[in-house]
Amino acid sequence: MKKLKSLFILLLFISTATSFAQKGETVKIGWIDPLSGLMAPVGSNGLRSFKFVAEEFNKSNPAGVKFEIIAMDNKLSPTESVNEVTAAIDQGIHYVVQGNGSSVAGAIIEAVNKNNQRNPGKEVVYLNYAAVDPDFTNSKCSYWHFRFDADTSMKIEALTTYMKDQKDIQKLFLLNQDYSHGHQVSKYLKENLTTKRPDIQIVGEDYHPLAKVRDFTPYIAKIKASGADAVVTGNWGSDLALLIKAANEGGYKGKFYTYYVSTTGTPTAIGTSGEGKIFQVSNGHYNMGGKMQSIMAEYKKRFNDDLYIPAIIHIFNALSLSMNKAQSTDPVKVAAQLHGLRFESVNGPLEMRKLDHQLQQPLYITVWQKANAKSPYSPENTGMTLALIKTFEPYVSSTLTSCNMQMP
Amino acid sequence: MEFYVISLLNGLSYGLLLFLLSAGLTLIFSMMGVLNFAHASFYMVGAYLGYALTQELGFWTALFLSPLLTGLLGALFERYYLRRVYAGGHVPELLLTFGLSYLILEGVQIIWGRSTIPFHLPSELDGAFFTIVSDVSHQMQVLWSWQGAQVVNALCDSSAQSTLTLQCTPFPTNRVFIMLMALIMMACLWALLNYTRLGLIIKAALTHPQMVQSLGHDVPSIFMLVFGIGTAMAGLAGVIGGSTFITDPSMALTVGSVIFVVVVVGGIGSLTGAFVASIFIGIMQTFAVAVDTTLAKMLTDMHFHLSPSALQNPILSLTVTQIAPILPYFLLVVMLIFRPNGLMGTKL
Repeated sequence: MKKLKSLFILLLFISTATSFAQKGETVKIGWIDPLSGLMAPVGSNGLRSFKFVAEEFNKSNPAGVKFEIIAMDNKLSPTESVNEVTAAIDQGIHYVVQGNGSSVAGAIIEAVNKNNQRNPGKEVVYLNYAAVDPDFTNSKCSYWHFRFDADTSMKIEALTTYMKDQKDIQKLFLLNQDYSHGHQVSKYLKENLTTKRPDIQIVGEDYHPLAKVRDFTPYIAKIKASGADAVVTGNWGSDLALLIKAANEGGYKGKFYTYYVSTTGTPTAIGTSGEGKIFQVSNGHYNMGGKMQSIMAEYKKRFNDDLYIPAIIHIFNALSLSMNKAQSTDPVKVAAQLHGLRFESVNGPLEMRKLDHQLQQPLYITVWQKANAKSPYSPENTGMTLALIKTFEPYVSSTLTSCNMQMP
Repeated sequence: MEFYVISLLNGLSYGLLLFLLSAGLTLIFSMMGVLNFAHASFYMVGAYLGYALTQELGFWTALFLSPLLTGLLGALFERYYLRRVYAGGHVPELLLTFGLSYLILEGVQIIWGRSTIPFHLPSELDGAFFTIVSDVSHQMQVLWSWQGAQVVNALCDSSAQSTLTLQCTPFPTNRVFIMLMALIMMACLWALLNYTRLGLIIKAALTHPQMVQSLGHDVPSIFMLVFGIGTAMAGLAGVIGGSTFITDPSMALTVGSVIFVVVVVGGIGSLTGAFVASIFIGIMQTFAVAVDTTLAKMLTDMHFHLSPSALQNPILSLTVTQIAPILPYFLLVVMLIFRPNGLMGTKL
């Protein structure tokens, strides 16, 4: 009997030892995003959000690992970012995250692909939390890249499905940043509208330099002169905040269909003026309830700032679950688990699609209005909020992929 | 029609802000022969000091004090550093001011961080100064802010819902403020140079420093004063520009190259030239955004026959909007080829 007991204890010991081989390990995550320049406020918010969520997960997570965020300022430059990836590899970092700018994301994918091919044993996994150029999960798709935001093909699919029924949209102006992301927004929107709303007239299509414009007044004058009753823009950070500011000053009364109202600085720039006129399509919103709401409330209490990127929480959920399943923090083993992973996060059950590593998730259309009992969360203490109009379940917002993934 | 009026006014306000900046640069160059590479950095210093002082003393005091402090810093820099290298000619001066621009940039980032700072105009300058209301037949009427915001809002908001399509185009008070400040500074500078004894001495010291010196005037101090005035003007432009647009560490770099274009195109050393060039570049940049025509279209309009492949040519099919950011530099190159002395430059 005594023997049996000790055998049992031994077995228990072995099983815990094997099932928590990774337990207590520290996983370094290289955070590569801008901390200087016009997009620095957006970058700083991202960094703080990552550190905060990491802290929350360090209290308890399925894998029992500790996450540590290593910040690297890429100045929003693709070249700098490639250097940062190299620096991260040299520091023994196996996971990098980035979100701001598809221009940067493209360069990181290239760098990661090359590294993983040339240096077996030093693999890096790239977790993309906000760069939405559809190419990354189509023509340029990579086994080492996982996207936790919804790409432009999905967002535009949802947005145009909503716009289909908005009969007040007759003339549309497309104003976007002059780089891959901005061009993709225009391209997908035009494609989608030809089938969903062929009667809408595109009265203008412009591209402006990314994070360079300080005064959007001339663009607003042009939009007004074009007679557009709505503007579609994928602008983010200062490029959206200053655009809306100029629209307010210039007395533009049309609607804005956007991606990124919630990015730092934009709620303040809009203020109370854009009520009912500014729409956002996104994979999250301010009043999602549940776990997301309590995280946001805690973040607001600590930093008097808003945590608006649910993809960050998806990343930690997916990563810790994969590490638990893989019983390891080894990037090759973890990537194999992430590939096709089904997991629960703050917006329900999600799936990292095997075909292209695009997270399948619900999308939300929201409108800027006064905060009320139903939609209480107010960003940047504006007294306003984004109220939910429509939810697109994952099977609706999902789009096809042309990805032909090269397995390692 | 209201589009042209508003764009013209926007261009004018931007041009006047450019002039406020480049006037200081021109003044320093024409008086002292020093090409101040760090001029745009003083613009940035003005904006940041303005922000810091606004926190403590309010915007209007900051608007007054920040240029004074910036000017003081400029004067001290001239007195203790720049003066030592005059004997070496232009190259040491250029290198010194070039180095200073880097020091200022790093200094600003150490003190205020790399991110944008929340520096805004006071709420008195919010809102529209006047509103152009036009109907479908382009009949225009101007409603001034003092006629009551309610009247304007009632008219414009009602038109948003009704079929009576009135087009309301407000012109923001902050743009009027920019123009006003630039014009006041311009008048002060002009009066100082032309109607005061000090102005007389400054102008004399420019052309005949030895003679002025031997008449018993302290020429080095006059130079220090001129440098101070020039940088103070940059500081003033900084407070206005930083609060109207954005205050961040890259603001010096963004305007730095444009003001050199202004000074060269206007004619190095000519205040009138700098004025004309500023206004021209301001208006050009504003309108360039609005023009959708391409080179290919222009050529076709001029009855040139273009082959289908030429029509698809990536350079010929660039719109003016897309090339708007490089237009000032294009102008610079053209000017240097055809009129190296600039519009009104007398000497080089």
